Amino acid sequence: MASLAAEILNSETPEAVVVRFAGDSGDGMQLTGGQFTLSTALAGNDLATFPDFPAEIRAPQGTLFGVSAFQINFGSREINTAGDAPDVLVAMNPAALKVNLPALKPGGLVIIDTGEFSKRNLDKAKYDVSPLDDGSLAKWDVLAFDISALTIEAVKPFGLGNKDALRSKNMWTLGLALWMFDRSRQPIEDWLKAKFKTKPDIADANIAALNAGHAYGETAELSGPLKQLHVPPVESTPGLYRTITGAEAISLGLVAGAQLAELPMFFGGYPITPASAILHHLARLKEFGVTTFQAEDEIAAICAAIGASYAGQLGVTSSSGPGIALKTEAMGLAIMTELPLVIVNSQRGGPSTGLPTKTEQSDLYQAVYGRNGDAPMPVVSCNSPGDAFECAVEACRIAVQYMTPVMLLTDGYIANAAEPWKVPDPADFASFPAKFLEEKNAGDTLLPYKRDAKGARPWIKPGTAGLMHRIGGIEKQVDTGHIDYAPDNHQAMTDARINKVLGVSVPDQEVALGETSGKLVVVGWGSTFGPIRRAVDNSRRKGLDVSHVHVRHIWPLPKNLGPLLRGFDNVLVPEMNTGQFKTVLRDQFLVDAKPLTKTSGQPFSIAELELAIGAFFDTVEGNEGGEVPVNETQLPSPEMDV
Amino acid sequence: MNAPVKFETTLKDWETDQEVRWCPGCGDYAILKAVQRTLPQLGSDPSNTVFISGIGCSSRFPYYMETYGFHTIHGRAPAVATGVKLANPDLDIWLVTGDGDGLSIGGNHMMHVLRRNVNMQIMLFNNEIYGLTKGQASPTSREGTKSPSTPLGSYDHPARPCAFALGSGARFVARGFDVSKKLPEVLIAAHAHQGAAFIEIFQNCIVYNKDVFNDFAAPKGADDRQLWLENGEPMLFAGGTKGIALDVDSLALKVVDVAEGDWQAAGVLVHDVTNRSIAHMLVELPFGPFPMALGVLYDDPRPTFEAAVIEERAKSSAGKDANLAKLLAKGQTWTVEAQEGHPTD
Repeated sequence: MASLAAEILNSETPEAVVVRFAGDSGDGMQLTGGQFTLSTALAGNDLATFPDFPAEIRAPQGTLFGVSAFQINFGSREINTAGDAPDVLVAMNPAALKVNLPALKPGGLVIIDTGEFSKRNLDKAKYDVSPLDDGSLAKWDVLAFDISALTIEAVKPFGLGNKDALRSKNMWTLGLALWMFDRSRQPIEDWLKAKFKTKPDIADANIAALNAGHAYGETAELSGPLKQLHVPPVESTPGLYRTITGAEAISLGLVAGAQLAELPMFFGGYPITPASAILHHLARLKEFGVTTFQAEDEIAAICAAIGASYAGQLGVTSSSGPGIALKTEAMGLAIMTELPLVIVNSQRGGPSTGLPTKTEQSDLYQAVYGRNGDAPMPVVSCNSPGDAFECAVEACRIAVQYMTPVMLLTDGYIANAAEPWKVPDPADFASFPAKFLEEKNAGDTLLPYKRDAKGARPWIKPGTAGLMHRIGGIEKQVDTGHIDYAPDNHQAMTDARINKVLGVSVPDQEVALGETSGKLVVVGWGSTFGPIRRAVDNSRRKGLDVSHVHVRHIWPLPKNLGPLLRGFDNVLVPEMNTGQFKTVLRDQFLVDAKPLTKTSGQPFSIAELELAIGAFFDTVEGNEGGEVPVNETQLPSPEMDV
Repeated sequence: MNAPVKFETTLKDWETDQEVRWCPGCGDYAILKAVQRTLPQLGSDPSNTVFISGIGCSSRFPYYMETYGFHTIHGRAPAVATGVKLANPDLDIWLVTGDGDGLSIGGNHMMHVLRRNVNMQIMLFNNEIYGLTKGQASPTSREGTKSPSTPLGSYDHPARPCAFALGSGARFVARGFDVSKKLPEVLIAAHAHQGAAFIEIFQNCIVYNKDVFNDFAAPKGADDRQLWLENGEPMLFAGGTKGIALDVDSLALKVVDVAEGDWQAAGVLVHDVTNRSIAHMLVELPFGPFPMALGVLYDDPRPTFEAAVIEERAKSSAGKDANLAKLLAKGQTWTVEAQEGHPTD
């Protein structure tokens, strides 16, 4: 259960703290959060972050919809989520205060830049009266002062105009935050110097603002509610660590996967939120045999990747829901021609354009079922930024070994969130070198669709002497690959495609936390890992018989998953959609999986999951009578209260 | 990069064992033969040759060529071919598409493969109709074309493939027709061009749009109705009695009479395949008042897309160490030391 904010803020060494930086989308809050994350990681805390920003690049200044926020949860224990509610809120203007204040824990600390609380900004935030004056902030500790003026003062020696000077406001704030949590300023100084290499004046001004914010903390401690807190380092497995976002981890995993397959990689992409970051990362990794191609549209991006796979490279394409929809027909072509391909789907809220910058897990049906014809495709899903690396390698392995497109599911939350990552040693991964057919495989005859023991057809590169043959989207004859519409042949080929994918070797499902049988299992997939893990852990500490299973291989499912789930009296499936994985589990295993759904564009909070878990136990207060809710749509889902 | 070594082949070497399934009398047969006749002349290697197509009658083409072949999906052949070429620039790629495939559902990809200038030969079989789906009006159908989807006659304005190609930035634009003896020459010129070479090939759909090109393609009177363009030669037709000149007042082309072979006196233009301004006029020449402009209308190479991709990759990789372990440990890192009583793994 979440600790009281006051308890945390009054402890000199709290176990974990949640801080949210919020400001206008032009205030550089994501940068502030990112740098605070880095200093926190270097201080040895475990952490999780949640960047939450508007879809507009520069929303009108000071408006409610232009607020950008970055939340970080860090501690001396394992951190699984970005935290349900902040203990500390930094609000850089009235709009940021208005949007984020409801989330702040009672007794929490709010730091406010009064320099932005002009009548005009208050109007834009739809405040009739300044909240600083009307007593509405009484349930929180308030530290309100003119950060804008203090920043201008601090950078005065550098001769910047007011507008430029105010750009350093976020560094002033970061300086204060670094003091508050006793963090080193050095890495930030190094970063600023590198970032503004060609503009040393700007670097110096920002460093001055950083130092001024830090010094302000030291001085204010003597007189106000501000206290320095020391969050001790977490006990982690020894090794080398760095922070990583999901988009970076997927990019690195794809590079590693291509290397393990001993193939050059071809990445076809088209700009789309939140998937573009993968294209950007890979565009800078060409020395690893990577070609990136920004295509004219989503369809061309996947088709070019298919063409590259046909020619003997590892084709990869990436998008988000709407773009994946456009690629659908081409996925069918890759399935029909049995060529390796990795399709990364960074899911976002849908349908249609939906919520471009908000997270959702609503493309599972699309991944598993969403194509014309019987079009089976393996689906792998990652559960955290660090996990995304391994999943990308796994997707490459399946694609190359089984000559099949593979969909790798991630989401907006994983793509943008950062966490500490134990740097893996590439030598620890088993290689899966691609094999190309060099000569005819049936005496004097070439059989392009002759299958190996895994059901995979040979990979034959154009340019190979004497192996000319034709492939395409029309049904292929068994073995020869010639056009063939005959009834028996279509039956045989449909079966072969289905069985190949069902036969993909998938590791047995393990239990993430808890037992292999019992009263309740919470089954998750994707980025719900963190909140489920924490909620199950908290519930188990309260003595509830609940376990956590988190599925990486969505298709084919691990062979032991059905028997494992049947070992529990109840199966609860929390998802950020309307119950898609629940449907797959019911269909595949005939288990009475109950959904817990959420489509608010925000991750699950630990509290709402704990509440849902508690509802299965009559020992929990309020559940007298022991009735387990059976109406699937009526499970407690208090997201609106959070 | 196309076929650096001359390969000895005959027409037979380019035929597959598959039964050709176009309608009897279809113009596609003539084009197939023309291509199979051309490839031995080019010294092409079947193992290094790839035919890539979309969907439609024309797109069945790869099945009948004893080369590598990829019959892709509707309109997307240029995108697939771009990926193939980037993955292996040494392959000799022939793209086969039609007026529906290449200019309607795949118009976007056609535009981009041309403007990027990916080195390949693009043969657009223009029969001004959707054949495989049983005869609906296509984007190149003439106004008034009666079809199952336009029972009273089509009323949208047709696209002009060569004008589209040139407008998209193509550096090679040519025209031919299915039964023309000169088609192999056009194909040879396209192959010699380094970059995307666009060839519009008028093709007679015997079933749904029969003889629609007869007004210029029929042998009788062909000389009066066909203007075969040759680089460095005057633009003459009708046995040299007529020519094309530039009307400087209206900045448009005009037909002039040539008396006693003195085309210079008549102001007849000499065809310069690198003249983009004249090329724009040639692709827009209306048939009727003018003969049908055929042959290589424009040919002015510039660096190819795949060359630029290779160059950028080299530049981007220069001096960088492709060490995966180092890449993974990039940025600011920290080390957690083994503690006493704490497992080291």
